[in-house]
Formats: sequence, structure tokens, C-alpha cells
Amino acid sequence: MTKKIEAIVREEKVNDIKDALREIGIVGMNVIEVRGHGRQGGIVLEGRAGTYQVDMLPRVQFNIVLSDHNVDKTVETICKAAGTGRPGDGLIFVYPVDEVIRIRTGERGHAALMYPDDIDARREAALQAESIGVMSGALMPEP
Amino acid sequence: MNTVSAINAGDTAWVLIATALVMMMTPALAFFYGGMVRKKNVLSTLNLSFIIMAVISIQWVLVGYTLAFGPSISGLIGALNFAGLTGVGASPNADYAGTIPHLAFAAYQMMFAVITPALITGAFVERVRFKTFLIFALLWATLVYDPVAHWVWGVGGLLRQLGALDFAGGTVVHITAGFSALAFARVIGARHGYGKAPMEPHNIPYSVLGAGLLWVGWFGFNGGSALAANGLAVNALVTTNTAAAAAGLVWMFLTWMDNKPSVLGIVTGAVVGLVAITPAAGFVTPLAAIIIGGLAAVISYYAIKFRQRNNLDESLDVWACHGMGGAWGALATGLFATKMVNDAGADGLFYGNPGQFLVQAITVAVVITFAFGVTFVLAKVLDARLGLRVTDNEEEVGLDISEHGERAYA
Repeated sequence: MTKKIEAIVREEKVNDIKDALREIGIVGMNVIEVRGHGRQGGIVLEGRAGTYQVDMLPRVQFNIVLSDHNVDKTVETICKAAGTGRPGDGLIFVYPVDEVIRIRTGERGHAALMYPDDIDARREAALQAESIGVMSGALMPEP
Repeated sequence: MNTVSAINAGDTAWVLIATALVMMMTPALAFFYGGMVRKKNVLSTLNLSFIIMAVISIQWVLVGYTLAFGPSISGLIGALNFAGLTGVGASPNADYAGTIPHLAFAAYQMMFAVITPALITGAFVERVRFKTFLIFALLWATLVYDPVAHWVWGVGGLLRQLGALDFAGGTVVHITAGFSALAFARVIGARHGYGKAPMEPHNIPYSVLGAGLLWVGWFGFNGGSALAANGLAVNALVTTNTAAAAAGLVWMFLTWMDNKPSVLGIVTGAVVGLVAITPAAGFVTPLAAIIIGGLAAVISYYAIKFRQRNNLDESLDVWACHGMGGAWGALATGLFATKMVNDAGADGLFYGNPGQFLVQAITVAVVITFAFGVTFVLAKVLDARLGLRVTDNEEEVGLDISEHGERAYA
């Protein structure tokens, strides 16, 4: 089963999140700049004389398509990297994806999502290592 | 006296440079305003100022100069002797500037005539119909600016006869623009969604750039008004810089007391200081300039708040900044002027001459009434005949697309 994660996060956290995702082997992603607000409501900005309220705040949305079994770890990673504990940290949505097609090769489904050394490649490597009796993790590639 | 041989190369060079500096202020103003509107109206806003350079340059050559500075008809208006700049050439006109070519004086004054209607555009950005605006600008220059310039600056002009002091246009430029903006804003009405939707400045860096260039240009505006490269020009340049500095600082503290030191506030403050020192620059000391600039910031700051409380969409605060700043500057000239700075001027109230303050107050009242009244009627007539506003749909789409078929950022 393929899933899509949409994570709406603070602009200033984008680099932290990107680094954390790379560390766990999430290779493919894209981002869009979005505006909006949730429970936080908005912020007060300074005008020429007096302040005014702005309620559509800039945020960044990460789009990540990945296999079902990687969702929990990825969500956890984003939450850890994106959180400040203050209102306005954002939201994560997870959706089912019907099909994925890689344009260059025509590959479909799981094959279209695979990259060298991505989260699944590492998983495979770890499983193989376990099955031949070596301590899991000893052959894990360095992140 | 042989006037031709009296031309002074240094004076002429300075006035030519000052002409270029004042000319630069209109595109600078375009960016000052352009940064404060929404993205969909930035080209329209820039163009309201830019096209004025074209419209008024032609108007000035044809009739503007002679209406303002032609031989006075009963102190009310200049006669048509200089229409088409006929007879305005390389020889000086000793009435106004005896050491530079008459044509240099006319060109220098042209830049003042250009920037004044451009100032008014801040009142009606984001909703004005361009075609109507063009006609308004032409009529306003002819019916308001040229007569007031004649009354205050023309030899034989009514207010000049009265003894009014206006070194570089606090009354002629800033009061006329500011109070005309107020009148126009009342007639055209608020932008849709004003007071409900936030109308955020879309590019404050443009405004900072514009204000910075205005500050530079103002050395030509005020320093050049000495019409000579002399000590008076230096005094005007120093008082100008000092007032801008004081007003920028005071405005910074005012916004800081509210919340945080606003950058848009600081640069607005500097412009207001420049406005207020304009009538006084060649009559007061640098110390007086600190007080004139500093108090101007307080007056304009609270004028903006007053305007906001009254829910009037005078969109970019031309009245608060130029009208009130200019009125304060004109009155302050009647307080702080001293013959120690300029013996062709007068002493003000603080130098033992309360009469000068009275003259300034009368001048301010007359010009406010005239500018507001004529502009109000003019706007009403144009609204009835041609329509001042674009349609609701055109306003929603933005004037860049609906009036010009262009977008600022692809």
C-alpha cells in the first residue's frame, strides 16, 4: 500500500526537517509554499502607526510518497524536527495513493518509489544481515 | 544693471544639479508608494507618479510656468507672457534669480510642479480610473498648483505681498497636495474591503528605497531653493538633513512604545521631517530643525491614528504626512525664522515678531481652504461626468491587469 504524507510546517524548520528525513533515508520529496492558519489564528504586525492583524501566515508543505510501513517512522521524524511546542507548529495528513508512475522508466507502484540507499534499501540490507546471523545494524550503511 | 553678464557659473551648475535631484524624487515617490500597495496594483501605483512627469512637464511648458511666474494680474495669477516658455531663455529673470538663466529657474520649478500632483496619488491608489486621473492631474495643476504657486512665490502674488514665508514649498507643494488628497479621498470613497481585509504593504523594501532616495533628492528641493551656490543653500541642506533625522528617530520611538520599532514607520518619519522643514529650511537654524522635525513626527503619527479611527481610506496618508507636516512646517517657520540665518526673510515669534506667525497662519488657512475646496468640487464633477473609480470587478482583479493589461511579477 502506498501513502502520501502532507506535512504543513513552519518555514524556519524546513532545513531541520529535510536533514532529519534524509537521515532516515527519505530521498524523494517536494515542498510548496502555502498560506493559512489553524488554531493559532494569526499574528500582529507593525504598521506605520499602530499594529494590524494578519491571519494568513506563510507555511511550507512537504509532500512525500512512501510505502505504508515507513509512515510511522517518517511522521515521528517530522514531528520531532518540526515541533517547537508553541501553537502554529502545523499539521500532518496521510492519504492513500492509487498509483505511482516514474516517467523516465515507466515503472509503477513500489518500484517507482525506490532509490539507492533509501529507507527501504536500508531495511532490506538490515533484514539480510539478520538472516545470515550478523548483528542487525552492523551492516547498516552510515546515514 | 547688465543682467546677462550677471550669470554665475557656480549658481547655475548648482541649480541644474538640484533640478536633477528634484526630478529624481518623483520616481523615488513612485517606489515609496508602490511598496505600500498590494501586489496587484504596484504597476498602476508606480505609473500614477511616472506619467505625471510626462503630463506636467508638457503642461508646465505650455501654460503652467506662466500662470505661476508670469507678470502678476492683481496678485491672483500670472499673465500669459511666458506661455510656451516664450522669452524664457539664457538671460536671468532678476525677479526670481538674478545669477542663473531664466530657463534654469523655469526648469527647476517644473520639477516642483511635477512632484506635487504625484504626491496626491497616495490618496486614491488601487481604485482610481486611469483616464479620469489623467484629466484630474492636468486640471488640478492648472487650477490649484499654478495659482497657489503664484500667490506664494510670484512677484506681486497675494500671499507673498502679505509677507508669507515658504522657502521651498511647504505651503505650495505639501499643504496643497495633502489637503487635496483628503478631499479626493472623501469623494472617491474607500477601497473594497477596507477595514475588514488586511491591506498589507506588498514590498516594504521598495518603500525604504523610495524614502532613501527622497531624502537625497530633498537636498536639491530645499538646498536648490536658495537658487545659488551659497551659504543659504548650505543652511537649507543642513536643516533639511537634521529635520529628517530627528523625525525618523521620534517616529521610531513612537512605534516602539506601541510594539516594535517599525521600519516603514522610521522611513515615513524621515519623509515627514523633510516635509516639515521644507518651508523653513532657509529661514531657521539647525537647532530649530531638530524641534521642527521631531514635532512633525508626533503630529503626523497621531494624524494617521486619527484618520484610521475615522475610518477614512486616505490610503497612503498623504494628508497626515504632507498636509499636516506641511501645515506644521509653515506655522513653525513663523515661530523659528530668524534674520540671522537669512536677512531676506523675517524674524518669527520666538525672535520677537508675532506678526510673522499670524501671516503664516493666514497663509496656511487660505491655502488649505482653497486646495480642499477646489479639489473637492473638481473630483465631484469628474466623478459625475467620467467616474473616478474602476468597476468593482476591475478593482478586485487589480489595476495592473484591468487598467494596463500587465502584471508586475510574472
